[in-house]
Amino acid sequence: MTKPDPLHLDVTIRRSDHDGSRDAHFQVPARDNQTILDVVSWIQQYADPTLSYRFACRVGMCGSCAMMVNGEPRWACRTHVKKVLNGSKVHIAPLRNLPVIKDLVVDMDPFFDKWGQAEGRHHPTQTRDDPVPRIDPEGAQRAEANAGIECINCSVCYAACDTVAGNPEYLGPAALQRAWTVFNDGKNADRQAILDAVSGSSGCHNCHSMGSCTHYCPNDLNPMQAITGLKRETVKAFIRGKSNA
Amino acid sequence: MMRPSKSHPLWFAFVVHRLSGITLALFLPAHFWIMSLALTNADQLDRFLTFADNPLVKIVEFCLVFLLSIHIFGGLRLLAMEFLPWSNAQKSLAAAAVGLSLFISGTFFLQAI
Repeated sequence: MTKPDPLHLDVTIRRSDHDGSRDAHFQVPARDNQTILDVVSWIQQYADPTLSYRFACRVGMCGSCAMMVNGEPRWACRTHVKKVLNGSKVHIAPLRNLPVIKDLVVDMDPFFDKWGQAEGRHHPTQTRDDPVPRIDPEGAQRAEANAGIECINCSVCYAACDTVAGNPEYLGPAALQRAWTVFNDGKNADRQAILDAVSGSSGCHNCHSMGSCTHYCPNDLNPMQAITGLKRETVKAFIRGKSNA
Repeated sequence: MMRPSKSHPLWFAFVVHRLSGITLALFLPAHFWIMSLALTNADQLDRFLTFADNPLVKIVEFCLVFLLSIHIFGGLRLLAMEFLPWSNAQKSLAAAAVGLSLFISGTFFLQAI
């Protein structure tokens, strides 16, 4: 068995274009501190300028650089190479469960369309002429809303979810977590619209509680907990006879 | 398409719950058929019970009781998780479900041999 080369990383990237997919191999200089995004950027700048990938903020805020690293969905900008290296090897591929446009760039439309379908948008209660309503920041309902508010829409949970893989219509963890956040917002008026949106055949009751969303969320959020909250509320609404669940 | 790693406890709990459910669905018709022999064919039932004294059959019975208990407690875990406000202690619940299942099926096994 050959020893890993300490000076170089053996990087394999799953590349795709209109002719199909194939693995491409690159030798990338190893650094003491190096993220997966650094590796991909080095390849694009020094080895193959045709490599396509997405990034923007480089600090884990924008949610645009997620990709599969050694088979696991991760945010590339805050994934240190040393933590994921397999010997001196690393395999990088586009996010799972989304259509590939080219190389590491996936079409995020299905992901964001589902945010709309899950009705995770504000339903106003008042006009600009009304006084600003008082919200207790320590209240239990606000705590539920706060729990999911730091989602950066990176789609790591969506890529990790086996239920999405099996049922492409399923709204997925991020959209459902957003719906639960708005549901618990004291300023949101139409809770029933959210329950109706998430209780259909593609809604929260598809979730098998595998927990991969929560396991892989790079911001340590808990979408599965949000989904169980929606399950409880849709069942309560069904018992009250108010839902089409 | 690459599949993400499945090395976390809740995914394992999901798989065990599904597999135990499928196996029980296959086993239960045979179980009920054998029980019906008490009414329809006592001689055949006696022959089966003699065969069931075989230690290998006891081990298979242990597996079935284990599957039954793991399916029950896995289901209770899901109900608790989805219908009660729960916390990150869910992983502990999953572990407790497996532990309790092992205890109950182990007790059955020790009595059987």
